[in-house]
This record gives sequence, structure tokens and C-alpha cells, in this order.
Amino acid sequence: MTDTTVVSTKSPGNLHQLAIYLTRDKLALCAAIFLFILIVCVLFGPLLVGDMAGKLGLRQRNLAPFSLDQGFIYILGADTLGRPILARLIVGAQTTLAIAAAAVCCSMFVGGALGLIAGYSERWYSHVILRLADVIMSFPSLLLALIVLYTLGPSMTNLVIVLAITRMPVFIRTARAEVLELRERMFVSAALSMGASSRRILFRHIAPLVLPTLVTIAAIDFATVILAESSLSFLGLGIQPPNFTWGAMVANGRGYLSTAWWIAFWPGLAILLTTLSLNILASWARTVADPSQRWRLQSLRKAPR
Amino acid sequence: MFAYIGRRAYHSVISVIGLLTLVFFLTRLTGDPSALYLPLDSSLEARQAFAKLNGLDQPIYLQFLQYLSNLLSLDFGQSLRQNRSALEVALEAFPATLQLALIAMTLSTGLAIFIGAMAAARPGSLFDRVAGVVSLAGASTPDFWIAIVGILVFSVGLGLFPTSGTGTALHWIMPIAVLMLRPFGLLVQVVRGTMISALASPYIKTAHAKGMKRRKIIFGHALRNSLLPVITVAGDLMTGLVNGAVVVETIFGWPGIGKLMIDSIIQRDFAVVQSTILVTAIAIFVVNIAIDLLYVALDPRIRY
Repeated sequence: MTDTTVVSTKSPGNLHQLAIYLTRDKLALCAAIFLFILIVCVLFGPLLVGDMAGKLGLRQRNLAPFSLDQGFIYILGADTLGRPILARLIVGAQTTLAIAAAAVCCSMFVGGALGLIAGYSERWYSHVILRLADVIMSFPSLLLALIVLYTLGPSMTNLVIVLAITRMPVFIRTARAEVLELRERMFVSAALSMGASSRRILFRHIAPLVLPTLVTIAAIDFATVILAESSLSFLGLGIQPPNFTWGAMVANGRGYLSTAWWIAFWPGLAILLTTLSLNILASWARTVADPSQRWRLQSLRKAPR
Repeated sequence: MFAYIGRRAYHSVISVIGLLTLVFFLTRLTGDPSALYLPLDSSLEARQAFAKLNGLDQPIYLQFLQYLSNLLSLDFGQSLRQNRSALEVALEAFPATLQLALIAMTLSTGLAIFIGAMAAARPGSLFDRVAGVVSLAGASTPDFWIAIVGILVFSVGLGLFPTSGTGTALHWIMPIAVLMLRPFGLLVQVVRGTMISALASPYIKTAHAKGMKRRKIIFGHALRNSLLPVITVAGDLMTGLVNGAVVVETIFGWPGIGKLMIDSIIQRDFAVVQSTILVTAIAIFVVNIAIDLLYVALDPRIRY
């Protein structure tokens, strides 16, 4: 999901060249493959194992992992109600990624729009927007999210809203900085002289040029949002049963650490692998996009070291 | 420079007032504390008396004005839960978090500077690659999970460290290690990036040419010039560290400001929530000012 956005925004060249760069960096290749498998699981997994994720089984209660006696779906063990962890991981992945994607998209569009306005206009509301970004930035996001979620009640919509708000300052500031530079360009003066309204200039002429930067930031932010969401769910103010995310699964398993470590271990590992893959791909994309670094991927075999 | 600090303080005060207003009204939306603090079968009169005693019977905007005017005389209200000054409760929990955060930040910054500089000295080497993966992993690890795994391995499995609480030096190791992970991971990458570009500058070539020792070039010349962005990021991470502290304090039962905050939100102890926010915001402001001053000390070109 995210790797494709990074690829399409970071590269002027063709996809084939990118594939070659990807194979040159083994770590990035592994990350891409992992994310690809994850996306396939998220898209098709719930259709196959969705029923299993909620299926109680007294016999399989706290079943230890790595045993195939009960079938492959129990390979990672079962939780305290005998539900197979593998199936729950797949269903949980869908919720986790959906929330993160929704939050990042909201944050990007709302924050981007606010940033465009703040950069283009000198009116009082521009200052209000910037102040708002300062207030959000100057305070630990998790604490703010906890208060808001406790007040509004934890639900999926509220979770998305809170996560989107806490990530917004980055988009506001980036969009504003870009607009400040872009609005001095010739094409803006040309549009102005032809009588275009401010709104038209901002959203038709300037916004398309700001968007690629924002998409790149969104891709990098995705991992951060996944981590933030799982922290909130872990603290019990995120998603509520019967829905669950990976973070909530870790919280469920916390009470059974000494007897059944696997309940809390696997979902956390899933979070780690996902965010790590996203970060590895982001750093690979930075190397590809940076002309002074790209040679590392171009001439790996001929390199002196 | 004092004018600069004054201007910063002025902006921060506006931010903090905005934050306090937001929190004041948000916490009031969560419901009536008398439902939590009085017995279920208590009479209507008792509830009204409780509300009157704590000023909850007034319209909300009057409560807010009252709160602001009390704030000016440094009265932060009473904690409903502990029946004493809310500021006292917040300040009591503050040192535990401050110590935790400062130690974690100092250690992770120091370590990250050293490892990042070593990695940048030979880009593409084995050390650089390992450092790269380790730092990315550190930045991507969910802190609550690594804390749980730490408890599982070191406390339950090996019996090395206590699972929670404070007291001996052993109690400090796991919370600090968990808290260090994320800033360490992010800082190593920043240090490496800035160091690589610093090492490519002409004055490094000059230093090489006049036969200086490699170690002295890296740590004496290049590092000093690449510290500025590192300090900026470290300052930003300080705010984020409070996030980590909330999680770590909850898991390890650390009596700090994060745990106090969660407990107070859940128990509708409004005054304590507001004063913890105020204390945290002031601490963050002080850190930011300290970083600005550090800038001046490190870079003679910068004047405020």
C-alpha cells in the first residue's frame, strides 16, 4: 500500500529501473516482499479465515505455538478463549492498517489544505492555523489523544480523528513552507493577471505541486501512526471489543505473560515487522531519490569496497 | 537575548492557555465526578452539597473564569481524589518522570552520537549497515511490546530485574532501556546523515592534508559542526519522550506524571489533569529554551 506510493512519488524514472534498485538492496527487497504479503493477507485473508478469528475453542485454550496437531491455523498458538492467533493477526491487520490509512489520509488532506491557506493568505485565520499547529506540536500527542478519547468515548471514528489531528502539524508546516516558495513563481503571477480567484490559484495551480511532497510525508508517517494507534489500543482507549487491532491483542495477552507468552508476543512482532519494513523502504526511497547517494544502488558490484 | 526569551515565553503562554482551555472543557464533558466519588445510594442533597463544595454547581463558563482567576493567584484547585492541592500532587510525581526522561535522553543522545559518527566514518561498511538496521529497528519498535518482552525475558525468565516499582538501581534499568530505544534509533540516523555531509566538506580535506589524526578529525572537527541539527531533533524528541513515559510508567508501575495523568483522567480528577498538563507544558518550554541557549553556545554565528 505504502511502498507503491513511495515508489511512484519518489521516482521520475520507470518502474523497471526501480525494481533493479530494489533488488540491489536486499533489506529493502525483504521489506517490500513482507509488505506485499501483508497487503495480500489484509485483502484476501479475512475472507478465508475471518470466521476462525472469532471461533471459540475450549480444547485449544492457550494452545502453545508451533504444533500442527490442530491444523495449520493454530501454528502460532491460540489465545485464552481458544481462538487461533494467526487468524486473529490477519483480521487485526485489516483494522490496524485501515485505521492508520484513514488517519494519514485525513491528516494529509485537512492538514495540507490548512497549510495551503496559511501559506497563501496573510489574514487572521492563517495565524490561527499556525498557532493551532504550535499548540498541537508543543504537547505530547499521546496525552492529548488520551484526554480526547476518554471524553468522546473510544470508537473507530474518534480514533481516526484523534490520530489525524495529532499528526496534522507536520502537513500544515510542510504545505505552508512549499506555498511560501511557490506563490512567488511566474505561473502564479500569470494566473493572477488572467483574473483567477485566490481559491482557483491555490487549489488548481499550487496544490498539485505540493501534493507529491505531502504524499511522501504521509508514507513515512504511516509507521508512526501505526505505532501511535497500537499504544492507544494497548492503554485501553483505542479500539473496543469486538473489534480489535494488534495493539489491543498485546494488551489482552499482557495478563498471561508467565503462562502463555505467545498471546502478547506475536501481535507485537507483527507491529514491529510492519513498521520496520515501512521505515526500511522509506530509507531506501530516500537513497533512490538522492542523486549523491544513488550510486550505492547503481554500481554495487563495481564498488571498490 | 532576554527579549528573545521573553518573546518565546509570550508565545508559549498563549499556547498553554489554549491547551488549558481545551482540556478544561473536554474534561468537563466526561461527566459528573459526584457519580464517581459519592456512594451510589447517596441522596440528591448530598450530591448537590458535593457539587457546591467543589464549585461544580456553577455554569461551566463561570467555572472556567473562576479557574483562570485562581490560576493567576497560583491556585490550581483541589484534587478530588487525594483532597489536597492539585499542584502538589502533580509536582510530587514530576521528579520521577524527569529523572527517567533526562537519564534516557542523555544516554541515548550520547550513544547515538558515538555510533552515528562511527557509522558515518565508513559509509557502507559492515558497522554502518548493522548500525543502520539496529537504529531503524529501534525507531520502529512498539515500546509497550518491548517492555512486555523485557519483563518476560529478564524478570520472569531470568529473574534478573524486578517487574515493576521503584527502589533499587535494578528497578531503573528496564524502564530506561525501553525509553531509550526510540530516541536512540532516530538520533543515530540524524547523526549519520549530518556527519556524512560534514565529512564531505573542504575543511575536512584540509585537516586530512595537514596530517591530523582520523579520530580527531571525526570527533573534533566534523562532529562539532554536525551537532546542531542533532540537538534540534533531540529537543523535539524530548516532547515525544513523554509519550513513551506514559506507556513505560503504566507497565512498570513507575509513580510518575504519565501514570498520574492516566489515573486522573479515568477518575475524573479534573484539577490534577490540568495541573499535570501545565507542569508538563512548562517543562517542555524550559527544555526548548535550554536548547536555544545551547545553540548559541555551540554556534558563535547565532545571535538572538
